Amino acid sequence: MLRFENVLLQQGQFKLRVDWTLPRGARLAVVGPSGAGKSTLLSAVAGFLDPYEGCIFWETARIDDQPPAKRPVTMLFQDHNLFGHLTAAQNVSLGLNPSLKLNAEQTQSVEGALDRVGLGNYADRRPAALSGGQQGRVALARALIRNRALWLLDEPFSALGPGLRREMLSLVSEMAENSGATVLMVTHDPDDAVRFADYTVFVNDGVAQAPKLTNELFADPPIELRAYLGT
Amino acid sequence: MADRTQPLSLVGAGKAASAALLVVILGALLAVAATGTSTLRLGPSDWAALRFTVLQAVLSAAISVLLAIPLARALIRRRFPLYGLAITLLGAPFLLPVLVAVLGVLAVFGRNGLISQMMMSIGLPPIEIYGLQGVVLTHVFFNLPLATRLILQGWLSIPSEQVRLGHALGFGPSEAAQHLERPVLQAVLPGAFLVIFLICSTSFAVALTMGGGPRATTLELAIYQAFRFEFDLSRAAALGAVQVALCAVAVLAIRMVPTAPDGFGGLDATRLQLPKGGKWVRAQDIAVLLLGLGFLLFPILMILVRGFPFVSNLPDTIWMAALRSLCVAIVSVSIMLVLALPIATTLARFPTGWPHFAAALPIAVSPLVLGLGAFVGLRPWIDPGSVVLPLTAFVNAVMSLPFVLRSLVPELRKVDAHHGRLAVALGMSRSNWMRLIVLPRLRRAHGFGAGLTAALSMGDLGVIALFGSADRGTLPLAIYQLMGSYQMDAAAGAALVLMALTLCIFWIFDRGGRFNAAV
Repeated sequence: MLRFENVLLQQGQFKLRVDWTLPRGARLAVVGPSGAGKSTLLSAVAGFLDPYEGCIFWETARIDDQPPAKRPVTMLFQDHNLFGHLTAAQNVSLGLNPSLKLNAEQTQSVEGALDRVGLGNYADRRPAALSGGQQGRVALARALIRNRALWLLDEPFSALGPGLRREMLSLVSEMAENSGATVLMVTHDPDDAVRFADYTVFVNDGVAQAPKLTNELFADPPIELRAYLGT
Repeated sequence: MADRTQPLSLVGAGKAASAALLVVILGALLAVAATGTSTLRLGPSDWAALRFTVLQAVLSAAISVLLAIPLARALIRRRFPLYGLAITLLGAPFLLPVLVAVLGVLAVFGRNGLISQMMMSIGLPPIEIYGLQGVVLTHVFFNLPLATRLILQGWLSIPSEQVRLGHALGFGPSEAAQHLERPVLQAVLPGAFLVIFLICSTSFAVALTMGGGPRATTLELAIYQAFRFEFDLSRAAALGAVQVALCAVAVLAIRMVPTAPDGFGGLDATRLQLPKGGKWVRAQDIAVLLLGLGFLLFPILMILVRGFPFVSNLPDTIWMAALRSLCVAIVSVSIMLVLALPIATTLARFPTGWPHFAAALPIAVSPLVLGLGAFVGLRPWIDPGSVVLPLTAFVNAVMSLPFVLRSLVPELRKVDAHHGRLAVALGMSRSNWMRLIVLPRLRRAHGFGAGLTAALSMGDLGVIALFGSADRGTLPLAIYQLMGSYQMDAAAGAALVLMALTLCIFWIFDRGGRFNAAV
């Protein structure tokens, strides 16, 4: 489980309080107005922002004092997930060894990961020769191969059209379920939250509220969420 | 049909100004070519000048670029007190008058400089600075900061997501170099090399003071010598034609290299945080910073130290020369301001076309060749020596145009895109559009451009050396004459005055553009 213990995040004047727990294997949507701190929350888990107060735990281990690469975390950004000068296979290989020196077994698992996202025949293509959806799949293959317990998705695939985005999200669901990963996803779209996540956190007014079951939350939204949704 | 989405503006005047620019520059080049090609015979010494020009420019560009990589890397990875000042220092050599830099470099690396004195005190011979090594060293002093800035700009354009990805995947310094830095370097370095090559192949004052002798003469220096000492106009012109050809090749090459790498679109303002590495990397960075910043700072400090005691004893002729330099700078800025806005408007409105060629032309022409052309062209009508100061002002205005346009044009495009339709819809008149919308938005760019032009004209030793005379000379010429008569103390004092005036006048213009600016 992922636990925020009296966490205060601070960036200049901006403050965000987080104090709750998420069960292992959950899929969590992070929603809220822009500038409320959704990405800030993910940055703190990933290790790009140190908490001003409080601690973050994964299971029983404290993670907020570890460097990003040591945390049980893998992250997908909105874009720029891939390096333009590397092939799809090399981009995935970075997840195993950043210097790209792989043994035979590792090479095989890279191929396996590309197969699983349906890009087995595209291993030697560079990102420029792939479509937006295919680029997302390569990034997903890298997340798979890193085999980390926590997946952080910062508005992933939001540059894609609605149909393709839904397809990518269901692929992520499937992959996360198979590997037992816990997923935190920032999204602007309540539909994405309902479709993808069993829990939802509403970030507003300096607080990331405790996770609620998505269906229950959207069936009877509290007043601030109603204002955000415009319903 | 008129373009209804854009307000009327200075396009007509801009075309006229571009045409005038084109006529003046091509006219000067034609005058040079017509004089030179009638007897175009290049002797062995002329070929030697061409070879030396290319050799020193290649060496200067290669060394600047290679040294800039570790310096840029260290500046990205480390933070230290006075960090902002160090970054500012990287911009200073662009404004620093060439002769000031030369005197500073001599004070550190010359026969009687700091390092030579240290070497002699332990029984070693002093450094021989004059010749290829002096020319290259001074060029590196000027261009190492430029190369460093170009690399830093390139690295700052790496999307922040990729930098974070690097941290998340556990990149160390070598993986960051491989996956983050190298793709940018591959895109930036060829352009940086060629730009510095071009700057060094047309630089005159450095070759004049640091080079010399048959083995260290550049084309520009050979032009000067043929003109000034032998008064062989056709040989000077023939050399000028070779110089133009060399520049044209370099400019064409610059046009062919990519300036931005593929897939590095997003520009993020947050500071780049590359992996900092361990103790060794840290020690290496500190050494690079000390050496690199010391190399840039010491010559400037030496001018302050050596020149200060002599400022109060400078003869009146120096102060008169300083006054003339200030006048030249003001006139140059005025000419630039008249030309820049109309041309920039035209360039912003039409993405291609001959005005772009006209505006880029000054990059390919050396001031000395332009001066030579003016001399040849004006001689039948007036004594060119009597208009050398206005000519210096004009040549420097033209030379600084490409830099000024580079900051004006993008700003103008933005103004057009943001407010053009609204202004048309409101029925704004041309003068109100300029007065209320365009000029306020361009204040910063204009202030910076004016400061740059003023600094370049203050420090210029080009046309004025060609046919200026001592009693009508500018401050740089006076300093050169003091150096020629080995009055190094007075030269250092005058150089300090020149440096102070140049930085002041830049500051006043640049500040004036920012002061109380709304945007």
